[in-house]
Amino acid sequence: MHKILLIIKREYFSRVKKKSFLLVTFLVPVLFIGMFSLIVYLAASQGGLGDKKKVEVVDESGWFAGKLKGGKTIEYSVAGDYATAKKEFLKSGYDYLLYIPATVTNIQLFGEKTPSAMHSGKIEEELSRIAVARRLGDAHIDSAMLAGAQKQVSVEPKQITENGEKDAHIYAAYGVGLACAFLIYMSLFLYGAQVMRGVIEEKVSRIIEVIISSVKPFQLMLGKIIGVGMVGLTQFVLWIALTMLLSTVAGTALTGNKGKAMQQIQQSQGMSEQIGGNGAHQTEITAATDNPVASLMASLDSLPVTQIVLCFLFYFFFGYMLYSALFAAVGSAVDNETETQQFILPVTLPLIFTIILSQTVIVNNPDSALSIWLSMIPFTAPIAMMIRIPFHVPPIQIAASMLLMVLGFLVTTWVAARIYRVGILMYGKKASYKELAKWFMYKE
Amino acid sequence: MLSIRNIVKQYAGHRALSGVSIEVEQGKVFGLLGPNGAGKTSLIRIINQITAPDSGEVLINGQKLNQHHIGSIGYLPEERGLYKKMEIGEQIVYLAQLKGLTEQEATRRAKKWFVKLEIESWWKKKIEELSKGMQQKAQFVATVIHEPELIILDEPFTGFDPVNAEIIKNEILELNRNGATIIFSTHRMESVEELCDSIALLNLSHKILDGKVRDIRNQYRNGTYILEHEGGAVSTAELPFEVVAQKATEDGNRMTLKLTPGQTLNDVLAYMLPLTRISRVEEVVPDMNEIFIQAVSTHK
Repeated sequence: MHKILLIIKREYFSRVKKKSFLLVTFLVPVLFIGMFSLIVYLAASQGGLGDKKKVEVVDESGWFAGKLKGGKTIEYSVAGDYATAKKEFLKSGYDYLLYIPATVTNIQLFGEKTPSAMHSGKIEEELSRIAVARRLGDAHIDSAMLAGAQKQVSVEPKQITENGEKDAHIYAAYGVGLACAFLIYMSLFLYGAQVMRGVIEEKVSRIIEVIISSVKPFQLMLGKIIGVGMVGLTQFVLWIALTMLLSTVAGTALTGNKGKAMQQIQQSQGMSEQIGGNGAHQTEITAATDNPVASLMASLDSLPVTQIVLCFLFYFFFGYMLYSALFAAVGSAVDNETETQQFILPVTLPLIFTIILSQTVIVNNPDSALSIWLSMIPFTAPIAMMIRIPFHVPPIQIAASMLLMVLGFLVTTWVAARIYRVGILMYGKKASYKELAKWFMYKE
Repeated sequence: MLSIRNIVKQYAGHRALSGVSIEVEQGKVFGLLGPNGAGKTSLIRIINQITAPDSGEVLINGQKLNQHHIGSIGYLPEERGLYKKMEIGEQIVYLAQLKGLTEQEATRRAKKWFVKLEIESWWKKKIEELSKGMQQKAQFVATVIHEPELIILDEPFTGFDPVNAEIIKNEILELNRNGATIIFSTHRMESVEELCDSIALLNLSHKILDGKVRDIRNQYRNGTYILEHEGGAVSTAELPFEVVAQKATEDGNRMTLKLTPGQTLNDVLAYMLPLTRISRVEEVVPDMNEIFIQAVSTHK
């Protein structure tokens, strides 16, 4: 036991002390927050939108006189007749020339260069709004009534439990489940590969023989796996802490702008969802449409958070232990990293298979037979179960899955250790699957 | 001190050891010899509990080999290596801790050894920054730092220049004088004769020869002598002993002769003395190299 602790300590500190660890650990949150801040900042300051464009308007219909307001990016001014304006456009100093024929069809926007999609889109939006209001007015239709009639219905997912009904938050469940699954998926690959590389390093540098004259191969394997796993946990904790710290700092720095930015994002969303009507309806419809982001934020509390966290830690731990034991066995069977390919694919196939299914089959139908089976098989359970947990899984299924997970971990580690103990002492022998089976069968 | 009894080790496809028994006495230097693939490394791995034998047993001081013996064995493998990215001092302390020393004790002893081998200024360097000879010294320290009763050295001198090889040889002899039993696996027969008290010779998984070096050499004596005398070559036909070779030297003739059964050197000298003036007589005792080659080539 004491020796395993020594090995864990070495594996842990030799990685944590590396410059690359510090770099990645500190750089990732900085980059993440930096990128997010930049987006918020740009959106708030409109720094990326360029100068205000001056648009010369020739309105032959008369529908728009006095109604075009422009905005941050566009400024309208009325021009005289079309022919003159067009002829002198290049010398006029305007950025665009907007021509609206009397029929209010075939409206054209001219520019020295091709007008940008953003500007022509803004102009189109504004013209449409005014035109629709005008046509409704001509047809004697009350625009408020129309908006009321056009209001879409929404279905509220609810869940009936023994304590009565409660809101089910599909988006939140979606988001949280997928996020947890992806996190587990990525960390299994990341840290599993680190274990494998560590094993290869010991084999290639030939230190292995010195070490296993002092400790059992199984102790070394276990120590390495646990050590690397703790490096992973450390990295996670630091990432979360740093991200929270930095986002608080960045948030304070950007408070003023951030508020504005959020407003703007919502506004533009409202606009794009808008079919017709005027400014008054716009706000009404925006409020009525369920914003997925807002809803996700608001409903996070309603999820079985404690259960999710506990399950995440459980499945991360055992999933990592199971897969890194396999990665260690792969590392022991080869002499360098390029030879690992043939063994890596079968090891990682269940993971890839599950993560692909999780985004479609499992998340859309978390209670299907396939989903349930995938969340029971130890190789796929860490991912499949994390997708299902936010959708409320019967305790008996969780218990069964966890039991199988522990059993699967024990069996896999036992098998991996039997291959490992022989593999680490085999130099220059190209291992085949037949060879691995033979190693497995060796007596002590 | 170490009794190896009837060890059999079978790998898929080939047999590495077939019923090998060896006794190593306390406080001696023991040579474990044999050509490549004879089973030396398999045997050493069994003593180190890296692998287990299929049958047979290993006793240390009369006690069956077990986990507690790990701390009393030091092993320098032929294929040696250390963590390349780890600082050398830290690494020695780590390996010593795995052998059961406390961190303080390991550090104290490692520092002492580093001073002794004149590598103390390298304590903080990573292995990959060191020369090959320096790495070997560090590895040697890792082998002996826990003051093992039994030290197993597999080709300890490879990778050392003559100066450093001499330093390491003296360290080994000093450890031996201080009571350590040493098993020494090598192909280099001149070092065997210099260092070893006893040897065992393995070939094709069998032990084909063992015993004290002196006894073995005596056993391989076959009555061959070199005799130098004045004057020219002697006509071999008349001589009552077999002449293997004759060669003219600067001031006479050198004859390599072999006694016939029952004959002694005195008989030869009695015959030769009236004929010529003898300047040198020496018995040719086969060296370990010849014995090695002879033993291996007759055992097929």
